[in-house]
Amino acid sequence: MKSLEVNDLQMHYKLASGKMVRAIDGVNFWVDEKKTTALIGESGCGKSSIGKTLLRILPENGEIIGGSVLFNQDNKKPIDLLTLPEKEMVRIRGRKITMVFQGAMSSFNPVYRVGDQITEGIIFHEQTSKAEAMEKARKMFELVGIDPGRMRDYPHQYSGGMRQRAVIAMALITNPKLIIADEPTTALDLIVQDQILQQIKRIQGELGMSMIFISHDISVAFEVSDRVVIMYAGKIVEDSSKHTIFKHPLHPYTQGLLRSHFDIKGGKKKLSGIPGEAPNLIEPVSGCRFADRCPIAKERCRKSEPELVEKKRDHWVACHFAEEVDLGEHK
Amino acid sequence: MKGAHQMEEPIKVENLKKYFPVKRGHYTRKQLWLKAVDGVNIEIKRREIFGLAGESGCGKSTVGRLLVRLEDPTEGHIYFNGEDIANVKGKTLKKFRKSVQMIFQDPYESLNPRFTTLATIEEPLKLQHIGTDSERMEKVISTLKNVGLSERFLHRYPNELSGGQRQRVAIGRVLVLDPEFIVADEPCSMLDVSIRAEILKIILRLKDELNSELLYITHDLAEARYVADRLGIMYLGNIVEMGETAKTIDEPLHPYTKALVAATPVANPDIKRERIRLKGEVPKPVSPPSGCKFHPRCPLATKRCEEEEPQLRRVEGRWVACHLV
Repeated sequence: MKSLEVNDLQMHYKLASGKMVRAIDGVNFWVDEKKTTALIGESGCGKSSIGKTLLRILPENGEIIGGSVLFNQDNKKPIDLLTLPEKEMVRIRGRKITMVFQGAMSSFNPVYRVGDQITEGIIFHEQTSKAEAMEKARKMFELVGIDPGRMRDYPHQYSGGMRQRAVIAMALITNPKLIIADEPTTALDLIVQDQILQQIKRIQGELGMSMIFISHDISVAFEVSDRVVIMYAGKIVEDSSKHTIFKHPLHPYTQGLLRSHFDIKGGKKKLSGIPGEAPNLIEPVSGCRFADRCPIAKERCRKSEPELVEKKRDHWVACHFAEEVDLGEHK
Repeated sequence: MKGAHQMEEPIKVENLKKYFPVKRGHYTRKQLWLKAVDGVNIEIKRREIFGLAGESGCGKSTVGRLLVRLEDPTEGHIYFNGEDIANVKGKTLKKFRKSVQMIFQDPYESLNPRFTTLATIEEPLKLQHIGTDSERMEKVISTLKNVGLSERFLHRYPNELSGGQRQRVAIGRVLVLDPEFIVADEPCSMLDVSIRAEILKIILRLKDELNSELLYITHDLAEARYVADRLGIMYLGNIVEMGETAKTIDEPLHPYTKALVAATPVANPDIKRERIRLKGEVPKPVSPPSGCKFHPRCPLATKRCEEEEPQLRRVEGRWVACHLV
């Protein structure tokens, strides 16, 4: 069962000059019920824009051009979040689908007590009484590992790790079906990051939520996810189970990314980056967007754009020559 | 600074301390001190990359800044080719600065937005009165090539460069003086994965070409394992474990190193990592715990750890500051 299915999503940012930045350019992926799909990509690839597009919380110059986002709310007919009237979207945003942003400090209003901000969501969505909401918040605080006595504190009295935990409590309190976590631990230190990731995984299992985990950090994303989607320059280049992507990447970009990455465990491998830089998304690109940096690019890559197709069973790749770069098992 | 070149340890740090004054208490006149670096000893061997790792606030960056004398130490000695430069001033300091350089974390902040690539890389040469205009130009171009940029970048401003290109320019500025010692403070943490690998390769290659030593500061143990020959792990101003990098990470001895290694995520789905639960978060360095600073969070702490601060001792060819090892 799919919790969310994104089809041919396109979103452009309009610049003051009138030019368009094609930030999301025909993106397809899905999230299985109670599972985690990780969106991995480097800065500017559009991964964070996807999260905002799904919830329709884009800045004013962000324009959804097309596509559909089918959300399975109650195992009946999935609803398309892009065509849903704003009045109904309000019932989903922050309730059925919640989001954890990366800067925990800016997720809180500094002049209100943390407890009041955490409960704002359920009081609004479920018309519960303040006392009931506070009770629920207390449980959430215990779940994420903060002393409920600290609910009366203001955000500045919290450490960075506690703030991020509180943001997660806020995202969980409405018992959502789907959580969109956008680099939820990026600003945190190693040990706190690890604790919070473990907690997210545990709570996800307990409450049975689905999750989209957006990250640039390959190790973190692989650890928390079931499925991995690799993005490059506004497009998806590869999509499969995390085992398949790690062991058997087929797209040259994914291969380059994994070759640039090193784990703390395992043998010392020869490191190689990817020469060049990601393309500018303003100028219309013909052909494959990775062609300029690709070690195997050919004439055809510059002329026609590869589609994301199922090259092997449940292994989607957007490359004309994926068969040729099949290197066997990656080590 | 040349001459004493054959020293076994070109950089030797003894009992280095840096205390920053913080505001006094509301009702007392007592001056409080933030002990950012509290008695650090490091020896960097010839042509070695020494890694310094730890969480934010552990003092690793302050050690780096002290070693290039961007900060004045509160106490201790920094021997550079046998000469103590911890307190030198004036001309001697300027001479020292010619031989040491620092690469900073954020290439968006470390470059002057009004300087072109040429001006940025040429400036250190000018400040040290090296060469004629044309000699300097030649040097800038060869340096640029060394960091993987072509001549067409000479007249560009930082805002016309990507993050990776900026960091290359910043490294070029460091290399142009052929430094004997380089401090790199998280030079890759702001860069994308695919770019990071390229920058790391440049740093490794240049260390060999320059025949110099490098202090590599990072919070990422996987990166440290890749780059550094030896590694020091810092916690609240002290080194708690120090030794050969691969050994230190693969078989950590100090409970804090163990916890750091265990908390580092691993992409490979076949590798299961061990879990260590630590209590609480890093305490404020203004009021560090008594005894072993790690004892309130340590799963193994005993009465002795609360009372007596452990000193670095040699254990299995490594240095460890823990009573229980």
